[in-house]
Amino acid sequence: MSLAPQSALLEARELTRVFGQGSQAVRAVDRVSFTVQPGEIVSIVGESGSGKSTLARLLLRLLEPTSGQIFLDGQDITKLRGARALRPYWRRVQGVFQDPFAAFNQFYSVGRVLMKTLDLLDGAKLSREERQDRMETVLRNVGLDPVDVLPKWPHQLSGGQLQRVMIARALMVEPAILIADEATSMLDASLRVTILNLLRDLRDRYRMSILFITHDIGQAYYVSDRILVMYRGELVEQGPVETVLGAPQHPYTRQLMADVPRLHGWGAVSMAEPAGAAIGTGSVVAAPSQGAGHAGLA
Amino acid sequence: MSAAVPREQPAGWRAATLGSRIARMRLGVAVPSGRFRFSVILLGAIVVFAVLGPIVLGRDDPLKIVGGLYDPPSKAAWLGTDNFGRDVFTQLMHGTRTSLVIGGIAGAVATAIGVVLGTVAGFRGGLVEEALMGLTNVILTIPSIVVLILLSIAVGNRSIVTMAIIIGVTSWPWTARAIRAQTSSLRTREHVDIARMCGAGTLSLIAWEILPFMLSYVVLAFVLQMASGILQEAALSLLGLGPGDGTISLGIMLHWSLRWESVRTGAWWAFVPPTVLLTVIAFSLLLLQSSMDEFFNPRLRRK
Repeated sequence: MSLAPQSALLEARELTRVFGQGSQAVRAVDRVSFTVQPGEIVSIVGESGSGKSTLARLLLRLLEPTSGQIFLDGQDITKLRGARALRPYWRRVQGVFQDPFAAFNQFYSVGRVLMKTLDLLDGAKLSREERQDRMETVLRNVGLDPVDVLPKWPHQLSGGQLQRVMIARALMVEPAILIADEATSMLDASLRVTILNLLRDLRDRYRMSILFITHDIGQAYYVSDRILVMYRGELVEQGPVETVLGAPQHPYTRQLMADVPRLHGWGAVSMAEPAGAAIGTGSVVAAPSQGAGHAGLA
Repeated sequence: MSAAVPREQPAGWRAATLGSRIARMRLGVAVPSGRFRFSVILLGAIVVFAVLGPIVLGRDDPLKIVGGLYDPPSKAAWLGTDNFGRDVFTQLMHGTRTSLVIGGIAGAVATAIGVVLGTVAGFRGGLVEEALMGLTNVILTIPSIVVLILLSIAVGNRSIVTMAIIIGVTSWPWTARAIRAQTSSLRTREHVDIARMCGAGTLSLIAWEILPFMLSYVVLAFVLQMASGILQEAALSLLGLGPGDGTISLGIMLHWSLRWESVRTGAWWAFVPPTVLLTVIAFSLLLLQSSMDEFFNPRLRRK
């Protein structure tokens, strides 16, 4: 196993995934390289079809890359295949997906979904009390009442609650990095903000890195330390939020920012505005409810 | 046999609605249709006739000779006697029992093979899928009755179970195809990815994340395969390729009545009852299948 040059938590190096063959071939992810440092929130922004979700599935090892490497703690894990070999990886890297309704197997109760994730800890046998404890802790940490939620079935919960359970599920193994693929885009605007705040809060509490994948540059701005801009499978720009959005270099980044709907006279994502001014596509509604969102979480 | 052909359905929606449907069943909202009840009652009556009939009426030996050649119906022999002077009504009860057993085993074998091949092909994709589906399509092109006849001739000493297995191993391809189609749509769903990130292996993913969503379909396929299994047994037995161990089946009754010229001699009681019973069994199973389909598939429901 070769070592990555720096001590990044997660590193993608020249990661590529091609679908189809010959003239039909589509380079969904094309030589993408980036790093995620411990405790950092990194956003990947791009329009639909830009390869964000494919990249997320590659990083979660749900899809085999065509070429390139993924390093976790400097170790190349690209060669690992099969559920058993990848368990240690999934113990450190977990994911949350876009559609909370599709992410649940309706035949399982919330408790069972959470419990299943503990299968990853096959080495460390937890007692029944420890398991119960951990389920209650993670549910409380995502703002849900364990007594209320644990015995429920997925169809008895709302979309926002389901997405919180999904985040709680990932937290069961206390991962080092959470990959959130459009985790807020199926939720309505006010819920979106609470989930974003939750992610930031969890980053602090669990000292966890978050890779936040979104099509919404406003959300990316609100939540992240660094932004990567993806266009047609390639990373066209990356850097700290202020640099990328303050002085976008690539025309696509500028176009993304110009596409953000805004209140008249507020400016797209102006550095002078309070954070979150352009959250969500419905920013006209979202901006004033900002304070309420924060208060609601606390 | 067209009865053996399950229609290919658009795969996703049925799976998507099953869970909520089960939820509604719990709440008692979904009420079985009249057709469903009718078919269940009919099937129940057939099972009682075949299983309890011989016991209650004390007619446990269908091979016992009670009269002469083609005695017409009488008080002693309600449906007359056959060419060997055996009681037709007794044979009918035992024959129905045989048919149900063969149909059940054949249906289970065919469904099991179809489900295993279909899920593995659909889930693994790639080369595995190409190979398995290639095999399935090749087998589909061979008329199954020919394979059945050849296999039956090759297996000299046929019991009920061997008959059922022979029928089962020749009738799985349609199920395999339909199951593969559903599996390859189900496997891209997010809950499968979630389970995979929990370290679940292929088998456990198929068992817990794919199969439960196809349960309704598997049950429907089984009922269809059972109906077609019963008819195929009758066809084989009619040709003289039935169980050779002295068992009576509806098809064997038809076989003897044909060989002993019951039609020409006007002994209608030898061939009409088994024909009617076969028809009623197949009808009730197909009605059960279609009413269950209607239940699982609201788009087919009549307003």
